[in-house]
Amino acid sequence: MSFLIDLAWSALGLAVMFAVLSVVVLSMVWLERKALGRLQLRYGPTRTGPFGLMQPIADAVKLILKEDIIPEDSEKAIFWIAPVIVVVSAFVIWVTIPGGDGVFIKNLPLGLFYIIAFAVIGILGLVLAGWGSANKYGIMGGLRSAAQLISYEIPVVLVAAAVAILAQSLDMREIVAAQSSYPYLVVLPLGLVIFFIAGLAEVGRTPFDIYHAESEVVGGPFVEYSGAHWSVFFLAEYINTFAIAALTALLFLGGWGGPALPDVVWFLFKTYAVVLVVFWVRGTFPRLRIDQLMAFAWKVMVPLSFYTVIIAAAYRFYALPWWSLTLMSLVGLAVAGWIIYRRMTAPARRVVQIQERLAAQRRATSTSRT
Amino acid sequence: MLEPTTSATGTAAEVRADSQPVEMLLNMGPQHPSTHGVFRMVLWVDGEKIVDVEPHIGYLHRGSEKLCEGEQYHQVVTLFDRMDYIGNFNNELAYCMAVEKLMGLEVPERAEYVRVILCELNRIASHLLYVGTMGLDAGAMTPVMFSFRGRERVQALFEAVSGARLMHNYFRIGGLKEDVPDNFRELVNDLMPLLREDVEQSDRILTFNEIFLSRLKDVSPIGADEAIALGLTGPLLRACGYEYDVRKAQPYSIYDRFDFEVPVGLDGDCWDRHWVRVQEMYQSLRIVEQAMAQLPDGPVASPLGRRLIRPAAGEAYVRAENPRGEIGVYLVSDGTDKPYRLKVRPPSFCNLSALRRLLADTWLADSVVVLGSLDIVLGEVDR
Repeated sequence: MSFLIDLAWSALGLAVMFAVLSVVVLSMVWLERKALGRLQLRYGPTRTGPFGLMQPIADAVKLILKEDIIPEDSEKAIFWIAPVIVVVSAFVIWVTIPGGDGVFIKNLPLGLFYIIAFAVIGILGLVLAGWGSANKYGIMGGLRSAAQLISYEIPVVLVAAAVAILAQSLDMREIVAAQSSYPYLVVLPLGLVIFFIAGLAEVGRTPFDIYHAESEVVGGPFVEYSGAHWSVFFLAEYINTFAIAALTALLFLGGWGGPALPDVVWFLFKTYAVVLVVFWVRGTFPRLRIDQLMAFAWKVMVPLSFYTVIIAAAYRFYALPWWSLTLMSLVGLAVAGWIIYRRMTAPARRVVQIQERLAAQRRATSTSRT
Repeated sequence: MLEPTTSATGTAAEVRADSQPVEMLLNMGPQHPSTHGVFRMVLWVDGEKIVDVEPHIGYLHRGSEKLCEGEQYHQVVTLFDRMDYIGNFNNELAYCMAVEKLMGLEVPERAEYVRVILCELNRIASHLLYVGTMGLDAGAMTPVMFSFRGRERVQALFEAVSGARLMHNYFRIGGLKEDVPDNFRELVNDLMPLLREDVEQSDRILTFNEIFLSRLKDVSPIGADEAIALGLTGPLLRACGYEYDVRKAQPYSIYDRFDFEVPVGLDGDCWDRHWVRVQEMYQSLRIVEQAMAQLPDGPVASPLGRRLIRPAAGEAYVRAENPRGEIGVYLVSDGTDKPYRLKVRPPSFCNLSALRRLLADTWLADSVVVLGSLDIVLGEVDR
């Protein structure tokens, strides 16, 4: 009997989770369109309701009413199952992500491990979607997503491990509780940067939107999907973005900790702040190329995340003062930042070189004329 | 890897007929978001690397050159508007200069100045469009909004002057259709600071962005000798470090009266092409400022140009610096009121012919960037 009650509670919890996440996705769609609009000298939606608030609903209705086309040559079963895999893996990790001290479906002692393990399953759905749709762009996108998502899983896992070392727990509630005096942002800024960047790559957001790059593989795995099937991928993408933002807030920004306001408000405030940064990045950066993406993962992110684990472990093992961790973390950040700065200014130096050479040429010709 | 185009024994399809099974044939276009119109590339790819490419053009072929033979001289101007539909004024100027050269027609001072001002503004508008689409090709969606604001402002001025935003039909043989509006000076003076700001903003957001650099720098570099052999002109040739601009090399119209520089690159890669175009916008702003300061009063059309035009039998060839490169117009007259033959050397077409060489040893994602850096206009490629 108690098993049945448990089951009923779980079903109710899942239904509530589904409803809440749907509202979150709608809010994110609106926020993204508005934020991007403001970044791009536009207003974003204005005609549907006050401030265009009804726009995501209009979008959703349009998507669901559209004809759902299944290509003749596609593997029907795989074509059907792929969106399900993607969306289930996106939803299922939310079971244990807490939205406040006591706001969760089921708190697991190995919560962080569970989240990371189930988030990877979505890759399978993307690869299957690309392969099953019998489209060359789809196959390319699917293989790109496999390469990209597996590579960036490593820094995510390692940085999460560093946080677990600091908090001495994989339980999300205890990780947040361990940040009650100061958020891990203070001691592990390097970890935050790695986690955020790798998280962007995990959910395929600009500048890592390579597997569904519109200008190259025209949507990648989603190229043959339309109507409700496509909207399922869309839903999963936004839920994943929100999950990465929520995890960034929980692991590094102190979770729901904060003065005065209730837990859930602080959690949502921090998460939406990270979401806005994601949109900001989308409005600013171009897209990397697949080889540069892989090189960045294996040559920059993985070594830096190993470094993060090592400094976190050393800090724990030798019981160093907290600021030493901040210092070591900042050193790592500074080295990476310096390399990027040098690379960025290299063409500027070349431009100066060109201009000097041209000026020398002009001087030479003018003297020869006179 | 890819054979050099000069020694290849046939078309890409013939060369690749018995290729390795690892190669996948990918049909990019004519309906593809990054082919800048209806252009089709058949790509042979090995994973993400491009092995070979065969471009297919002609989806926008309207027979413009043949149509020119059926129209009177004044009517041909509209056909030139529709070739390079991004650089309309520059195209009109090239045609008008060809007829004027054939007839030995003098163009009034004021008309020359207005022509130069409009052409240089059109160059800026064209390069702004390039910057925006280049950003889109590289995956950045914001620069296009910044650059299109500037382009829109220029087009508003064009509309005030000629009555049309795109297909102006404003230049006439021997001058202009009519004088510019009375408030032309104010319009341009109001536009200039705003336009400079737009150019600077679209420059700042993109040119030295770390990701943009890594996408464009060292992608499909080409040397000056090879670029000349392939017939590249305009920003593509200048990006190789070869200082060649028709406005300086063989000044036409009144370009010899202005003080401006010809920006050149160093490596001839995609980023240098981008940088050269961005710098050209600043130079064009300089030219417009000087021309506005010198703009004289007077008539804007030669009285001879008002009549039905019947040039004496003969031929003329003029060249001009379009935003995309060197345009050449070869005009043959048989003494009637219609051209006997009109041949255009379209810069886009000649630049596009180097595509197979430029895509050697690149990645699939580079194909859109390289095509974007060529800055083709399919209306001009196919005519």
